[in-house]
Amino acid sequence: MDVYLDNSATTRAYEQVGDVVRKVMCEDFGNPSSMHYRGVDAEKYIKEAKETLAKLMKVQTKEIFFTSGGTEGDNLALIGSARANKRAGNHLITSSIEHPAILNTMRFLEEEEGFRVTYLPVDSYGRIKLEALKEALCKDTILVSVMYVNNEVGSVQPIMEAASMVKAYNKNILFHVDAVQGFGKYRIYPKKLKVDMVTASGHKIHGPKGTGFLYIGEHVKIKPIVFGGEQQKNIRSGTENVPGIAGLSLAASMIYENLDEKVEHMRCLKAHFIEEVTKIPQTTIHGLYDETSAPHIISVGFAGIRGEVLLHALEDKGICVSSGSACASNHPAISGVLKGIGTKKEYLDATLRFSMSEFTTREEIDYTLATLNELVPALRHYTRR
Amino acid sequence: MIFQTFLLKYGEIGIKGKNRHLFEDALVRQVRYALRELEGEFRVHKSQARIYVDCEGDYDSDEVIGKLQTVFGLVGICPVVRKKDEGFEQLKKDVTAFVDEMYLDKNITFKVESRRSRKTYPLNSMEINRAVGEAVLEAFPEIRVDVHHPDVLLRIEVRNDIYIYSQIIPGPGGMPVGTNGKAMLLLSGGIDSPVAGYMIAKRGVGLEAAYFHAPPYTSERAKQKVVDLAKIVARYAGPIRLNVVNFTDIQLYIYDQCPHDELTIIMRRYMMKIAEHFAEESGCLGLITGESIGQVASQTMQSLAATNEVCTLPVYRPLIGFDKQEIVEVSEKIGTYETSIQPFEDCCTIFVAKHPVTKPSIKIIRRSEEKLADRIEELMKTAIDTAEIIEVR
Repeated sequence: MDVYLDNSATTRAYEQVGDVVRKVMCEDFGNPSSMHYRGVDAEKYIKEAKETLAKLMKVQTKEIFFTSGGTEGDNLALIGSARANKRAGNHLITSSIEHPAILNTMRFLEEEEGFRVTYLPVDSYGRIKLEALKEALCKDTILVSVMYVNNEVGSVQPIMEAASMVKAYNKNILFHVDAVQGFGKYRIYPKKLKVDMVTASGHKIHGPKGTGFLYIGEHVKIKPIVFGGEQQKNIRSGTENVPGIAGLSLAASMIYENLDEKVEHMRCLKAHFIEEVTKIPQTTIHGLYDETSAPHIISVGFAGIRGEVLLHALEDKGICVSSGSACASNHPAISGVLKGIGTKKEYLDATLRFSMSEFTTREEIDYTLATLNELVPALRHYTRR
Repeated sequence: MIFQTFLLKYGEIGIKGKNRHLFEDALVRQVRYALRELEGEFRVHKSQARIYVDCEGDYDSDEVIGKLQTVFGLVGICPVVRKKDEGFEQLKKDVTAFVDEMYLDKNITFKVESRRSRKTYPLNSMEINRAVGEAVLEAFPEIRVDVHHPDVLLRIEVRNDIYIYSQIIPGPGGMPVGTNGKAMLLLSGGIDSPVAGYMIAKRGVGLEAAYFHAPPYTSERAKQKVVDLAKIVARYAGPIRLNVVNFTDIQLYIYDQCPHDELTIIMRRYMMKIAEHFAEESGCLGLITGESIGQVASQTMQSLAATNEVCTLPVYRPLIGFDKQEIVEVSEKIGTYETSIQPFEDCCTIFVAKHPVTKPSIKIIRRSEEKLADRIEELMKTAIDTAEIIEVR
C-alpha cells in the first residue's frame, strides 16, 4: 500500500491543475507583457487568478502579488518592508519557531542591514506567548512576523490577538503572517485579522511547485528585492509564471470548495491516529491535539528509535513521512522547534511528522498504525548501547 | 590561444623494456576513453615514444586538458600549436605570433629547441634554432636569450606539420589503468576509501567496488552518495562495477549474538569475506581498503590484524601511513571531498558501541563468532545473492 503522509512537505497536484498548467504552457504561452493577442490572453489568466485569490481572502486584486513560493514571499515581505520603513525604526519581532525562510531572513536583516530582532519564546504547545510580545514592542518596532500554522508541530498561532495587540500599541507597525501551512486549511481574511501581509505557497495546496503569492495591503510601504522589467507594479519584476499562476489559482479555488468537510475529515483521522498511536508505549504527541491545532499535522515522538530509521522502515512499507520538518530534514541537526517547545531529550531525535491532506483515507491511517505497531517494538530492540 | 594538438609525455612506462608497447597501447586506449564524451574529434596516435592527440571540430582546449589530467601514466601534457608547413619564412612568423600571444609580458628569457623528425626539411635543427631565435629577438626588443636557464623553452618540431609549444602541464603520473590487473575496493561513503581506490588505480589497477548498506538504518541517499563517489573515482580509474550488498540482517544477527563491543570488528570481518567472494568471482587480485593505522577503534594494529585474518587475497591499504589531513588533501584534489562530507549515516556507525574494543584478540573474536554458526552462512549467501550490481562510469 502506498501511503503519502508528508503533505506538509508538498502535495500531489490536482489533476485539473496539471491540465491547466500544461494548457497554458503549451497553448496559451504568451508573455503577459506582450502587446499582441497572445499577451492579452496570457494576461487574462493573471487577472483571473488575482480575482480568485482576492475573493478567497476578501481583499482587493491589486493587493495580490505572485511569487515563486513561500520562501520568496517571506523574503519580499520582510526585507522589502523593513527597508522601506527603516526611518520609522529598526526593531523587528518574530517567533522562535518560524520556518527557516523567516528565521534566516531575519538573521540577514540583523547581521547585514543593522536591524534588531526579538525572537518570541513559545509555550509547551508551540504557541507564542502574548505577554512576551507585549513586552517586546517598543517605539522602534516596525514589523512583526508570526506564522499561522507551525510546520513541524501544527500549532496555530493566536494571530488575531497578536495583531490587535500590536495595532493597539502602534497602528503603523506592520504585521506579516507566514500562512504557508495555514492557507487552504483555514479561511484567512487579512482585513479581519488586521494583518498587513500574508505569504502563501502553491505546492502545499495541490498546486504547482515554484508558485505562491504575497498579499500586501495597499497601505503598506514596501520596496522590491529583485529588479528587472518592472512587472507587478515594480514590486516583483520578472515575467509572470503564467502556467504556475493559473495552476495556483485553480488549486486555491478547489481546496476551498467544501473546506469545512475536508477539515472535519482530517480532524477525525487525526483524532483516531492520535488515540491509537499513543497506545504504543513511550510515545508522545508534540503540541496540542485538540481543535485548536492544525487539522493535518501530527508530530509524534517514539522514544528509543532514531526518527530517520523509523522513517526508512516505514518507507520500506510504502509509507512516506518526515522526520522533524522536511525542509530541515537533510541536516542532522536537531529541530529548533522541538527544542523551543521544551521537548524531552529522548524524543528530540526520535520524532516523525505525519501530515495529511483531503485525500488521506481511514484505510491509509489504519495501515500506518498497524505498520507502526509492528515496526516500533522491533526497531527498539536494536539500539546503540 | 587555440591549440590543435596535445603532445603527451609519459614517464615510468618508458622503462618497461619489451613490455613497453603494451603500456603505450594501454595509455592510448585510456586517453581515447577519457576523451570519448567530449565535443570534437580526436585522433590519438603514438609516434617515436610520444603520444599525440590531434583535435578537430568544436573542441574546448581546457576541457581536453582537464580530461587528460585524469589519465594515469601521463606525466606531462603539452598544448601544441600545429601549422601546415608553408616554408621557413612562415614558420618564423608563426613562432613569433606564438610568443606574442602566449607571453603578454615580454620581459623574459627564452631559448629555442627544435627537433627535425622529417629529415628532408631544408634546415637542420641547429639552423632552425638560430634563425628562429633571431626572428623572435627582432620582433620583441625586451626579450632576451638565455641558453642555460631560460624562462621559456620554446620547442619546435618539424614533422609533416610544424608543432610549436612551450608549456608542460603536469599529468597525474602513475601507470595506465588496466596494465596491472584489477582489485576490489571496499567503498564506504567516507573520505578515505575513494582516495584509497584512486591511489591503487593510479598504479595501473582497474577497480571493482563493494558497498555495504543497512536499510532502513541507512538511507537511499547514503547509497546514492556512494554511487556518486564511485563516479568521481571512475573519472580516473575507468568503469567501476559496484556491488551493493544489503548487510542489515547480518548486522542485526551479530548484534543479537555477539558482545556489543565486538560488533564493529566482527562486522568488518564479514564485510571482508563478502568482498573477497565478489573479488574472486570477478578475477580481482586483491582487496583495497581506506584504513590508516589508529584512525578509529577498528583500525588499530590489533583490529587490522583481526580483519586481515579472514582474507586469503592480499589486502592493499594505500593510506596506512597517512594522517587524516593528508587524506583530506588528496580527496580535495581528486574531487571526492565535497561528496564525502555529506552527512548520511553509514552502516559502520549505526550501532557502534560507546566503547568498542580497540585491542581485539583474534582468539576471543573467533569464539564470539562461533555463536553465529547457526545462520551466518545462510545470511551471507543471501547477502551475496541479492547484491545489486551497478555499473558506474
